[in-house]
Amino acid sequence: MSEIENPVLEIRDLKIEATSYPPGEKPVDVTIVEGVSLTLAKGKVMGLIGESGAGKSTIGLSSMAYGRGGVRITAGEVLVNGTDILKGGAGALRRLRGKTVTYVSQSAAASFNPARKLMDQVIETSLAMGVARAEAEARAVALFEKLGLPSPKTIGNRYPHQVSGGQLQRVMTAMALCPQPELVVFDEPTTALDVTTQIDVLAAIKEAIRDTGVAALYITHDLAVVAQVSDEIMVLRHGNMVELGTAEQIIHDPREEYTRDLVSVRQVNHAEKPAVGEAVLKINDISARYSGLKFDVLKHVTLELAAGQTLAVVGESGSGKSTLARVITGLLPPNAGSIEFCGRTLSPALKGRSKEDLRELQMIYQMADTAMNPRQTVAAIIGRPLEFYFGLKGAEKRKRVQELLDEIELGTGFADRYPAELSGGQKQRVCIARALAAKPKLIICDEVTSALDPLVADGILKLLLNLQKEEGVAYLFITHDLATVKAIADKIAVMYRGAVVRDGNRDEVLSPPFDDYTDLLLSSVPEMRLGWLEEVIAHRKMEAGGE
Amino acid sequence: MSRIPLSALIGIVVTAAYFLAAIFADVISPYGYAEVVGNVWDPISADHWLGTDSIGRDLLSRMIYGGQITIFVAAAATVLAFATGAFFGFLAAVSGGWVDQTLSRLVDLLMSIPALILALVILSVLPVSIPVLIGVMGLIESTRVFRLSRAVAVDVAVMDYVEAARLRGEGTLWVIFREILPNALSPLVAEAGLRFIFMVLFISTLSFLGLGVQPPLADWGGIVKENKEGIVYGIPAALIPAVAIATLAISVNLVADWVLNRTSSLKGGRG
Repeated sequence: MSEIENPVLEIRDLKIEATSYPPGEKPVDVTIVEGVSLTLAKGKVMGLIGESGAGKSTIGLSSMAYGRGGVRITAGEVLVNGTDILKGGAGALRRLRGKTVTYVSQSAAASFNPARKLMDQVIETSLAMGVARAEAEARAVALFEKLGLPSPKTIGNRYPHQVSGGQLQRVMTAMALCPQPELVVFDEPTTALDVTTQIDVLAAIKEAIRDTGVAALYITHDLAVVAQVSDEIMVLRHGNMVELGTAEQIIHDPREEYTRDLVSVRQVNHAEKPAVGEAVLKINDISARYSGLKFDVLKHVTLELAAGQTLAVVGESGSGKSTLARVITGLLPPNAGSIEFCGRTLSPALKGRSKEDLRELQMIYQMADTAMNPRQTVAAIIGRPLEFYFGLKGAEKRKRVQELLDEIELGTGFADRYPAELSGGQKQRVCIARALAAKPKLIICDEVTSALDPLVADGILKLLLNLQKEEGVAYLFITHDLATVKAIADKIAVMYRGAVVRDGNRDEVLSPPFDDYTDLLLSSVPEMRLGWLEEVIAHRKMEAGGE
Repeated sequence: MSRIPLSALIGIVVTAAYFLAAIFADVISPYGYAEVVGNVWDPISADHWLGTDSIGRDLLSRMIYGGQITIFVAAAATVLAFATGAFFGFLAAVSGGWVDQTLSRLVDLLMSIPALILALVILSVLPVSIPVLIGVMGLIESTRVFRLSRAVAVDVAVMDYVEAARLRGEGTLWVIFREILPNALSPLVAEAGLRFIFMVLFISTLSFLGLGVQPPLADWGGIVKENKEGIVYGIPAALIPAVAIATLAISVNLVADWVLNRTSSLKGGRG
């Protein structure tokens, strides 16, 4: 790639280190990024992709010569327009950051000052660079328009809480583009958004990059997303470069094993199982609201789940899917309707339920970190349900704990560890073992793979499918991710604003004719092919024009 | 434990010295605490290292026994304050709803009355004995512990593992002692040190005002009271217990600071 003339950004043999402080030991230096080189020409977009801890954000920030919390760039060169910014000193960096290189962070909501109007924040750096206020505002309005924000002339007068999450992310993009930079670093700009919102933001960002002709580093963990916006893609793992190539080559012809894994991820598939046996869970016309609210969060929800099957409840944030889980577990008694579980009617509140009800209905959480007491060992965590429900003690309990650990493919040596000594995937496995220990009939899985890297999430899904075959347990699988749904569900219920808008067998729900919302949801899921974004946008424009 | 900062080291040594003197009072004290062995306010001498007090008792012996009472009463009241305050604080955080409201408003009510005035009113009605003193001090200070433990426990109680325990069907006591207590311990341990100092000051104040430890027994505050007239004549006997109270308070504070530094994640958990 060194044949590019006058690259905007050139990184040569970058090495980044940090100091870690293991408790009770001497501080040690750890290498976060090593031997990474890249060249980026004007108007081009490079995608940086990898799992958490791959060093993507660290590399992105190094193009502004910045290291987060104790991170140091210890070797290599970072050239912006041919000048090594690592050698420039504080004054040169001040002129660089926010002018030549700008940054868009993942959480727009956390990055805006809630007490100041959007316009003031968008043009702040431009003013500091000596641009006249009128001109800066004109630039901002033009960018708002380009990014498809509603009423571009006046939206700048609003405060951050007065616009939606997707709009705020676009305002942040406008903020980054307003000083007319030469390089923008996008750090997971759509990760925190719902899929239907993500697609608009993605299209807006792509168009803005094309029209303004800036170079961009686009950081994400989602290969399907990065394939839509990038010219080139760099795959990173553990701080080292795995593969670098054009977007087309990476998606269609990955050379490295690891890249192939990333491309083929989310293609876990399983045959839909027919419903056999009794319904394990019947939800009849449930409505529920939180105290203090004047409207129902769940509206007349009716669902059924047969033994040994998986029902996926899909929806975006705010659709009421987690509230449904709270109602089923008894944490939030419904104000109308009833729940039948294994043929008996469940008491609406947790207090009225028998030990047998509690045992047969288990739950796995999204954040395995907070779902386990950090002061208990794995053996204590898995052992407690055994002791509580079955009265197992001593050697007998220990033996069963080990059996469960074998079942979740962790093996020996884990029983005496604390949660902090486990990786994200291992933690979630322990949570699964804790649920299995109770020998439940139904496990509610609340976004259990959302916080995990794609490859690890795949492993968890495969494990859940295997366990279902062996134990015959039913899953109520709550998720916003349609790829997960395709991988695991037998039945699907689509939720929108507290109501079930579509439900039935998997293949039925996923094939047309669709209702409007399901169509929007399904078509918004990024697909791992080039040109997908343009197709969807063109399709939507056509439909909108037709109406 | 290799790098204990100098301030903490001083704190540990001084605190340990006071505690050891209190525990081994019978062995090390040269005279009995109520034994009249000299004249009124004898100066410092080889027989009486700190001189004698207002009625001719050996001041060093009285200081040692006084320290024993001060430290014992303060420690017992601290334990009582933490046992009740932390239990009810956790209970309020775990139960929520009307239990939380009732307990919290009751504590607000008690805290709105200055601690010293409240203690004086109660002690003027009740017979003043050491168990009553410990009870009154412990319960009054438990309101402060309640506030802290409730605040810490509220943060822990919203964790998914607490919800998981509830869904399993665990009782409130299990949730409090097995899920919340281990995760709320470090701020409470640091607070215990500070509470202990307040107890030392509290009992000293009460005794100085005459509603604390009753003669012929005396704690450090009581010894200040017995000898305060001497100050007019340039006799330092009242200052010696005052210095003891101050140094104990400072040294315990230094230790508590260090513990807080080591356990608080806000400061990186090191130091």
